[in-house]
Amino acid sequence: MEYFVIVISAIFVSNIVLNQFLGICPFLGVSGKVSTSVGMSGAVLFVMTIATIVTWLIQQYILIPFGITFLQTIFFILVIAALVQMVELILKKVSPPLYQALGIFLPLITTNCAVLGVAIQTQSKNFNLMESVVFAIANAIGFALAMIIFAGLREHMDLMRVPKGMRGVPIALVVAGILAMAFLGFSGLV
Amino acid sequence: MAKKESSFKNMVVTLFVITMIAGFALGGVYNATKEPIALAKKAKTEAALKAVIPDFDTIYTYKVLPADGADSLILNKGFKDGQLVGIAIETYSNKGYDPTQIKIMVGFTPIGEIINTSVIQHKETPGLGTKMKDPKFYTQFQEKNPDSFKLKVKKDRGDVDAITAATISSRAFCDALTRAHVALKNEGGNN
Amino acid sequence: MNQWKNFTKGFIKENPVFVLLLGMCPTLGVTTSAMNGMGMGMATAFVLVCSNIVVALVKNQIPDKVRIPSFIVIIASFVTIVELSMQAYVPALFEALGLFIPLIVVNCIVLGRAEGFASKQNVASSAIDGLGMGLGFTFALTLLGGIREMLGNGSLFGFRFIEGDGILIFILSPGAFIVLGYLIAIINKMKKTA
Repeated sequence: MEYFVIVISAIFVSNIVLNQFLGICPFLGVSGKVSTSVGMSGAVLFVMTIATIVTWLIQQYILIPFGITFLQTIFFILVIAALVQMVELILKKVSPPLYQALGIFLPLITTNCAVLGVAIQTQSKNFNLMESVVFAIANAIGFALAMIIFAGLREHMDLMRVPKGMRGVPIALVVAGILAMAFLGFSGLV
Repeated sequence: MAKKESSFKNMVVTLFVITMIAGFALGGVYNATKEPIALAKKAKTEAALKAVIPDFDTIYTYKVLPADGADSLILNKGFKDGQLVGIAIETYSNKGYDPTQIKIMVGFTPIGEIINTSVIQHKETPGLGTKMKDPKFYTQFQEKNPDSFKLKVKKDRGDVDAITAATISSRAFCDALTRAHVALKNEGGNN
Repeated sequence: MNQWKNFTKGFIKENPVFVLLLGMCPTLGVTTSAMNGMGMGMATAFVLVCSNIVVALVKNQIPDKVRIPSFIVIIASFVTIVELSMQAYVPALFEALGLFIPLIVVNCIVLGRAEGFASKQNVASSAIDGLGMGLGFTFALTLLGGIREMLGNGSLFGFRFIEGDGILIFILSPGAFIVLGYLIAIINKMKKTA
């Protein structure tokens, strides 16, 4: 039952992009088309889950026992940066077509606040390892959901007549705001 | 302006040196700020204690585990001239709207009547859940004994007037107070 | 390089938020009040200036291949210093900004300036660039926070103008997106007619 609450609140009630404002850069930058959004979401799902597991282990077995939790920021970001490099290399060798599909998005994920944000949040909520994994996957799904819906909206907007000053980023932001308003409707769920 | 060549040795040495320097610098800052941080935390708890129980000269603090849930509650018994004047319980609720835990300091009289409440930590929605800190909401708990005053929102057949459009936050507030009340009952009043 | 131009470009012409469209996460996430926006901006500005200076100082000592990880360690160190200092000396602001303080390390502005400017320019120019960008960022965040606070809460920097609530939607997440969208449109217009 607990897992259900974690999943529903991560995807709908506290959506990582629309409520927590994490991952905005890729959200605005890559959501021009639905296909690129799907690719980005896949890459995020991959990295976020693995990163959360690894950072959880580091927090439990290194940072806390040695009393150096104040080094959390440095450790976590270095882990994420290294992870992304590794994932890129492995993907190139193991599955070149997948690498082609995700390839350009991977380096962008290092500076994606979503991954670091989820890793840090997992710690402040005292999840055990299983709960952390569920939390990470759910957040990635929430990210995917917001981004793919938004991409669909943007593709539609490209066909409309937008006032000159609002074209591009401004109107995208206003639409994102309306999407966020829609998601606010989920607030009573859990 | 020639850059150092990227030989393996250079890369390792550079990273090592940078990390060492960073480590030392941060260790230093950590030590320097350890005390101010502890002091700030202490000041905050003391302010919360003073807000919910009457004047005291000694305080006796200990932790209890609630029947449900994993996190312990902190009981603070305030004494003045050897007499128990109030019990301030640092309680919590994980049922807030935001995933961040809501922490509340609630003060009881020795016979179990609520004196006052002080929200120590929360990340509820501004303008909605944050109204927990509004006198219009929290004064309804003052001088109420949870034995007779049902700590549930009216929607759940209780006696508490929820904050408009912030039922979740209101419910979480009641959840925290109930947890504290149960712990108080289990501990017994006087000590 | 004209240092005055170097300094002022961060305010309007190359404002990191409104023009370069960097650092969006904290821009939307902490601007629920002018004070929060300003606090976040200044914390970020501090990190920007410090990391720019250090990167400019050591840029010749760092082999090219380990550039990015080295910059990250440098930036992360300053972010941790800011974290600890804020926790010690301004605990209320620290709690208000919460998760976004450690997230300064992934703020595209900081790494972007380190990589794009400080690693190629001298210390003085890098420091001034960091300061200009940092203040421009602070300006953007304070402006956005101020507008959201006034419309959504009826107050500015804590001073209340009206009794009761404002238009709440501005303090909630949709308000962030919408106000920022309009601000960018307005600034784009201003730049065109300037």
